[in-house]
Amino acid sequence: MKTTKSEHLKFFFIRNAVPLLFFTISALAIPLSGFSLAYLFEELLIRLSRNAFLVLSLLIPILAGMGLNFGMVLGAMAGQIGFIFVANWNIVGTQGLLLAAIISTPIAILLGWMCGIVLNKARGREMVTAFILAFFMNGVYQLVVLYLFGSVVPISNTDLVLSRGYGIRNVTNLEGMRNSLDNLIPLTLGGVGIPLATFILIGLLCLFIVWFRKTKLGQDMRATGEDLAVARSAGIRVLPTRILAIIISTVLAAYGQIIFLQTVGTMNTYNSHEQVGVFAIAAILVGGATVSKASITNVFVGIILFHLMFIVSPTAGKVLFGDAQVGEYFRVFISYGVIALALVLHAWRRQSDKDRARARFRNTSSAT
Amino acid sequence: MENQPILRVEHVGKTYYKNRVLKDVSFTLNKGSILGLVGENGAGKSTLMNILFGMSVIAETGGYEGKIFVDGAEVLFLRPKDALSAGIGMVHQEFSLIPGFTVTENILLNRESLHHNITEEVFGERLATLDREDMKKRASLAIQKLNVDLDGETLISELPVGYKQFTEIAREISSSRTRILVLDEPTAVLTESEAEILLKSMRNLADAGIAIIFISHRLDEVLSICDKIVVLRDGEVVLDTKVGETSVRGMANAMVGRQTKRIEQTKAVKDENAKVLLEVNNLWVDMPGETVRDVSLRVMQGEIYGISGLAGQGKLGIANGIMGLMLAGGSVIFDGKPLQLNAPSESLAAGITAVSEDRRGVGLLLEESIEWNIIFSALQNQSGFLKPILGGLLHIRDEKRIEACAKQYVKDLEIRCTSEKQKVQELSGGNQQKVCLAKAFETNPKLLFVAEPTRGIDVGAKALVLDALRKYNRENGMTIIMISSELEELRSICDRIAITDRGSIAGVLPASAPSEDFGLLMMGKVDQVEVSA
Repeated sequence: MKTTKSEHLKFFFIRNAVPLLFFTISALAIPLSGFSLAYLFEELLIRLSRNAFLVLSLLIPILAGMGLNFGMVLGAMAGQIGFIFVANWNIVGTQGLLLAAIISTPIAILLGWMCGIVLNKARGREMVTAFILAFFMNGVYQLVVLYLFGSVVPISNTDLVLSRGYGIRNVTNLEGMRNSLDNLIPLTLGGVGIPLATFILIGLLCLFIVWFRKTKLGQDMRATGEDLAVARSAGIRVLPTRILAIIISTVLAAYGQIIFLQTVGTMNTYNSHEQVGVFAIAAILVGGATVSKASITNVFVGIILFHLMFIVSPTAGKVLFGDAQVGEYFRVFISYGVIALALVLHAWRRQSDKDRARARFRNTSSAT
Repeated sequence: MENQPILRVEHVGKTYYKNRVLKDVSFTLNKGSILGLVGENGAGKSTLMNILFGMSVIAETGGYEGKIFVDGAEVLFLRPKDALSAGIGMVHQEFSLIPGFTVTENILLNRESLHHNITEEVFGERLATLDREDMKKRASLAIQKLNVDLDGETLISELPVGYKQFTEIAREISSSRTRILVLDEPTAVLTESEAEILLKSMRNLADAGIAIIFISHRLDEVLSICDKIVVLRDGEVVLDTKVGETSVRGMANAMVGRQTKRIEQTKAVKDENAKVLLEVNNLWVDMPGETVRDVSLRVMQGEIYGISGLAGQGKLGIANGIMGLMLAGGSVIFDGKPLQLNAPSESLAAGITAVSEDRRGVGLLLEESIEWNIIFSALQNQSGFLKPILGGLLHIRDEKRIEACAKQYVKDLEIRCTSEKQKVQELSGGNQQKVCLAKAFETNPKLLFVAEPTRGIDVGAKALVLDALRKYNRENGMTIIMISSELEELRSICDRIAITDRGSIAGVLPASAPSEDFGLLMMGKVDQVEVSA
């Protein structure tokens, strides 16, 4: 079967439907919003530095065939617990960030290991399982932070604790660590501050992922993701491999959340982690990734397109409908919508791939 | 040849849940020689290979009897890994390749060459990077041994079927340990030219000292390449001979020959002027594992037409295609009118009903009562068993008639149950099959497909099922197409029997033809049989 040129073009549109859609929406909304390009550039730079680490943490589970890791919320919780301790001890600056990362690592490993075991029991339904698991762990997190911190776990800093004597306040102030990583290596270009150190970290993570794919472990994960049964019969220990993938992702998500919160400067103790998974996953899907295939390019294209829309849609909504709320509503609607759309597209594409493969098999076999 | 055989199998036997599938099997295999293992479906080949390869299903069902020696030392494989490390490599019928990987990556799956570096010292071997150059070399070495033209950088998903087979074999021989190679019907999916290349490479491998067990249904291939032939029938070795001492006919005879068994007299020869009820031309059906490529057949009104053939040769696909359950093409003329394919309701409306080979999956509503199951098709498709209420505004089920109908079938077909309200899942396999038949009979079809009606049921129930089919054929004039892998059973009830091979009909014989002719047709040796239309 030869593919014609028009089929080729159709294929290109089908494969890149989501990024193209977002590109079109942004292209229409930018002039409506009236923002200057310099402003947009600066905003995008901040958002890239905030989100890239989090979104990159999704790549390895996709490699291992476990889909989009909604369980990264667990990593975000670990990062936040690290922050609570550091804020309690009043450690500031990059040392504070480093210590938060160190504290969150074992917690993230433990949570990731647990999540991996659960997901191994729910093979083929990883995404919905991880999604619900994140809800469950949110309850556990609330129990720990709201009741055990200050009572069982000693918290000496009264600014952190609720007036009743135990439990952490709704807002944890991270002022002492705010932008400490971003400004570690000061650099301004044309009046725009560049968070160079953060980008160096992100670059290192990209290098790590590129290297990781070339390792034996990366190859094993690819094999496991492509076909679990075949990988197993070749002697690869598939279940531990899958657990490792989730642990790595969870730990990276913990670090990602730490980087995210240091650029924000405050932490919504009970909410900051909740949306992390949905927004990161929406971003990577907007970048053209699918449930089974994602690249570093997808991550960056996705963050740029997704957040570009976040920036321009409230103002564009205000211009169009006279109400900024419309744009606000629009972006929540869009992030869930894009996840649903991507999942439907994925299922549909897999089915049509299968049909094409059968059709090709029929053609070749009847020819012989 | 050395005196010590590389593999010696002694008195191996196996039962699954009191059901004996292997009995006292013994043979030897020498270094560098090729052993052809031949037998019908269900003769015990797969079980024997499962034992040899240490598949967990064997240990889980109570192990096996007898002993296996590799290089003179007794071995007991509990896991495939044990067999692998003893040097036994196996190429299965289903491909175990990763479609998104290249040929090289698949050949060296989990045996990749590695660059050694510092991270490896700290975190273990899995964090060493892959040495792609060396992998390429090793893979092409294995491909060279096979002497085929295969590019290591091609993705598996883009390869033709035959080359996937080569990739699998290359994977086994790239492991330096492999000394015994088991090929399970490797030529079944190949074109003739590909099969030829494969046979040549097998000879090359044998000359290089690898012992090969070659399982095949293509008897001429077995004759042309093997040094030694073992034929299994009903779990026993019926023929163990050097290749020069037998012929295709001899092997076919050994495989199916049960000459002692008396065959029930079939019905008198049909009326010459009988009407053609079903005419199928160039039918293809896309049924995974049972692909039908090009089938043409004519079934007469009032006959019982048998279709047999080895597993995977398309016999099951024919019924599923005509019933519209699997994607199909070609032309089907039923009762003088063309039948629309790929539309199950069309086939049903035309008066064709099928009893599926998948009794529990497709055939029955397991959690419903017997009476519900029996009337289900008739109610759904022909609006039977309904009565009008509120002056014809609504129709509701006529419970009285349903009960009466079910009671009648329970009596007629001797369905063993507590009452017709009993749930179908509580019945034995034979009684479930009777419910399936009752359901089909109740739609009063002009043509009935029955697929594997006696699979997995006991002897008494078998006779009842066959009797019921015969009775409905004689008394109601129902035309029946019966698909079964049990040739003897078909010969006891059918008028004519068609044999499928490679997705086409290899030939149609009257049921009274000698059994070795059927065997030859199954093996694809059409030229040696005089086929009557």
